[in-house]
Amino acid sequence: MIAVRELEVRFGSRSVARIDELDVAAGEVVGVAGESGSGKSITALAILGLAPFVGATVTGSVRLDGRELVGLPERELRAIRGRRIGMIMQSPRASLNPTIRLGQLMARTMRLHDVPKAEVAGRIDAAFRSVLLDSDLLDRYPHEVSGGQAQRFAIALVLALGSEVVIADEPTSALDVTVQAEVVDLLRRVREERGAAQVFISHDLAVIGQLADRIVVMRAGVVVESGPTATVLGAPAAAYTRELVAAIPRIGAGGRGG
Amino acid sequence: MIRLLARRLAQALVVVAGVVVVTFAVARVIPGDPAVTYAGPRAQKAELEAVRQKLGLDRAWPAQLATYAGGIVTGDWGTSLHTRRPVLDDLATAVPASLELVAVALLGAAALGIPLGVLAARRKGRLVDITIRLLTTLSVSMPVFWLGLILQHQLSWFPVSGEYAADLDYTSPLTVYTHMTIVDAAIGGNGPVLTSALAHVVLPAMAIAAYPLGAIAQMTRASLLEVIGEDHVRMARALGFSERTIYARLAMRPALNPVIALIALVFAYSLANTFLVESIYDWPGLGSYAAAAIGSLDTPAILGVTLLIAIVYVLLNLVVDVVQTLIDPRLRGSA
Repeated sequence: MIAVRELEVRFGSRSVARIDELDVAAGEVVGVAGESGSGKSITALAILGLAPFVGATVTGSVRLDGRELVGLPERELRAIRGRRIGMIMQSPRASLNPTIRLGQLMARTMRLHDVPKAEVAGRIDAAFRSVLLDSDLLDRYPHEVSGGQAQRFAIALVLALGSEVVIADEPTSALDVTVQAEVVDLLRRVREERGAAQVFISHDLAVIGQLADRIVVMRAGVVVESGPTATVLGAPAAAYTRELVAAIPRIGAGGRGG
Repeated sequence: MIRLLARRLAQALVVVAGVVVVTFAVARVIPGDPAVTYAGPRAQKAELEAVRQKLGLDRAWPAQLATYAGGIVTGDWGTSLHTRRPVLDDLATAVPASLELVAVALLGAAALGIPLGVLAARRKGRLVDITIRLLTTLSVSMPVFWLGLILQHQLSWFPVSGEYAADLDYTSPLTVYTHMTIVDAAIGGNGPVLTSALAHVVLPAMAIAAYPLGAIAQMTRASLLEVIGEDHVRMARALGFSERTIYARLAMRPALNPVIALIALVFAYSLANTFLVESIYDWPGLGSYAAAAIGSLDTPAILGVTLLIAIVYVLLNLVVDVVQTLIDPRLRGSA
């Protein structure tokens, strides 16, 4: 679904992220792990073609179903963003426009992507049911819902738009542990029911381990290790990965992971 | 919403009551004897006594304050020593003229300043942005009396004094409804006066609009750039919204609040600062009235103007609160 080759993101002459090879197939979840500043989030922006908005330049190749996205005109990228590639962000409430009701935002986004008017209400309803959100929330403003509700809404948005690729950038980091588990559960269902390809970015290997089929570990902008989840977590090759694995809180250790 | 309104209204009343007391106190310390002003410089002692009695100046100050405050509530703001007419009547003809002038100026300033701010924000760091910032800095720092004079002398294809051509009073007499000439002429269907009034308002309005225009453009730019850096804008981009939609709509609404607060503040500020412009362009508004009152030590008139401007500030703040709450739903919970 998504094929990344020799992708490099630079601020001026400084390289902040480099990924030589990353493939995500439909129905597959690839976790990207690493501490803050390791280049995970800018990679997510680069895949969506959003890196230039934060002043970064991108070289290399990102293909969606074989179609090259790097260098694609903004107008064509906009038609892909939201519709074919959905994004879930770290701060669920802050990532929603404070002056737009949740239902309006959903309807407007669908209209933007030419969803037929007759389908909009039905899609919203189905998406809300999938993420177990009460339809009362459609009339609420972002500040009137909890962080967990806002993040479920973000997932509902991805579902309603029918995105084939979902990029989740630290989707659980701002939430407390019980809500984290719900969100991970929902993302797992997105994968199972919709067969969407997912890039799951987190500093938290424990959360990634619950969801990802494969893991890419990044540090200081470069990939230090990648492989199947069981291998990376069970027998980490790189010293850095071993550190991260050692930092995973065990049951009873009282770690919050956030 | 209603609770918020009631609470703000109560707060406003307290502020106005405070202003009444303060203006009263200020009047006591202004040098000059109001009785002399009223009776004239050649008045005899006995005449002065009579005037003092008539104006209530012979009574103890708490009694005077009570009379003053009571009068304000019941619509008796005293009699101007200068025009010998009730202050409230004077204000009723002067204020609309100023309101009209300031309203035209601010409408123009907002209509031009907000788009300029948006344009500068979108082209941040580019030539367009640099040019707009330079021009708005100039327009903010231009002394209003200097600009007023320059416009009067350089832009001579617009009339340079008065509200409309005086000779029209004979050919197309104006029916007064609101004391705002443009509005009255429009209501009465008086075409010649309307045309003349619109031409007359151009120069003074431009002189007054210079500061608000620059300030509004700069505030719009700064506020928009701040909102553009927020997470929800990144999300809007990730959802496929265009930069045009983001700048003009999605980021605009949250960015507009400080701009509205500024417009209200500048409105009150401009209303109180039309003195120079009104005297340059011989505009029969509050500024001209206040200038005349100060010049002749007309205490009741000065107090009237002060109190009125205080009330305008308080009311505008009230309006700003309400409008901001309507625009930004986040404010609704916190009253």
